[in-house]
Amino acid sequence: MPVDSISFIFLNAFLINNFVLAMFLGLCPFLGVSGKLNTAWSMGLATSLVMLISSLSAYFINELLVYFQIEFLRLICYIAVIASAVQLVEMSMKKFSPLLFKALGIFLPLITTNCAILGLALFQTNKNYDLAQSLAYSTGAGAGFILAIMLMAGLREKLELANIPNTSQGAAISLMLAGILSLIFMGFAGLGG
Amino acid sequence: MPIKKDNSITADTFLDGIWKENPVFVMLLGMCPVLAVTNSVSNALAMGLATTFVLLCSSGLISLLRHLIPKEVRIATYIVIIATFVTITDYVIQAVSLELYNALGAFIQLIVVNCMILGRAEAYASKHHLLKTIVNSLGMGLGFTFALLCLGSVRELLGNGSLLGYAIFGDSFQPWVVMVLPPGGFIVLGAWLLLFNWLKERKINNTQHSSNTFVKNKGVV
Repeated sequence: MPVDSISFIFLNAFLINNFVLAMFLGLCPFLGVSGKLNTAWSMGLATSLVMLISSLSAYFINELLVYFQIEFLRLICYIAVIASAVQLVEMSMKKFSPLLFKALGIFLPLITTNCAILGLALFQTNKNYDLAQSLAYSTGAGAGFILAIMLMAGLREKLELANIPNTSQGAAISLMLAGILSLIFMGFAGLGG
Repeated sequence: MPIKKDNSITADTFLDGIWKENPVFVMLLGMCPVLAVTNSVSNALAMGLATTFVLLCSSGLISLLRHLIPKEVRIATYIVIIATFVTITDYVIQAVSLELYNALGAFIQLIVVNCMILGRAEAYASKHHLLKTIVNSLGMGLGFTFALLCLGSVRELLGNGSLLGYAIFGDSFQPWVVMVLPPGGFIVLGAWLLLFNWLKERKINNTQHSSNTFVKNKGVV
């Protein structure tokens, strides 16, 4: 597979360089909202929706910035776009499923400070992706985020039943789990060829 | 409701950030850079100092402007202020050391979304006067740097057999490569948290134990 083909870019963001487990982006929701499968699923969905919207907007904004030669404003513009996209998702979620809105709580506005989203926008700019490639990259990253957070939530639901020592409860055991998951994902590196 | 403000600066204002409220080990904030750039001590140090600089400047400015910023748009204002200082840091690092810039990659720009900085702005800088904010931010920033160094030194030592680029072990040392790779980051941080949990638990047990013996002694008397 050529490196800049659409399918490779998707696969790369989805498995090989998984945003959470290989690039350490978006760890706050990954550790914070992965207690239950249901909430993890909706958090993953909301995050990938915001990823898609902000990646598209970031692409067009970058075109504008390059045209006017004001690239030093990139960071500020991107973060403003992401904040508005999050606001949009929050408002629509409040209207269409108030239950979900309550379940996600503080983590919904915090999607703004999810580094996976800003990271995605910055990486696609650095790699000079065109529109189709950016789309593939953002859907891949979104799917990868959902995959990682769902795996983690499933493991943590099982962990509730396990009898682990008091000392390792909470964040410590979650991080160990994430480490093992990350080890597994390293196996996908071979796909890159 | 007017709340009586405590304007005094004590040693705790500074020390809280380093130990009792350490942003990484206690509050688990700003995890992404903590894990991503700590594969060597020098990266960890640079990242910690860059974050400290941004934290110091942005919370100082926010503290100065705290009466001017309307409540409704405060988060957006904070983000823009933080993004400005991050852009400055980004360009300065690029000018000073291109090598470091390439090693840290996009993570310098990602300081913008470090929850610790926004959290400090919201929880501290918007409520306290300039001097106190600066002292507290300095403590928090150094606490963050300290945590990064804790991780970076363990990972570089185990994964590369060196510290700050100097080989520590002899030639026969077989590097534990996985420690500098992503899984190592998770596992080392998990291990540090385990250590802190264990210390905390031991302390609680000790105090309980001593108070129990105290009660017992009293009973005897």
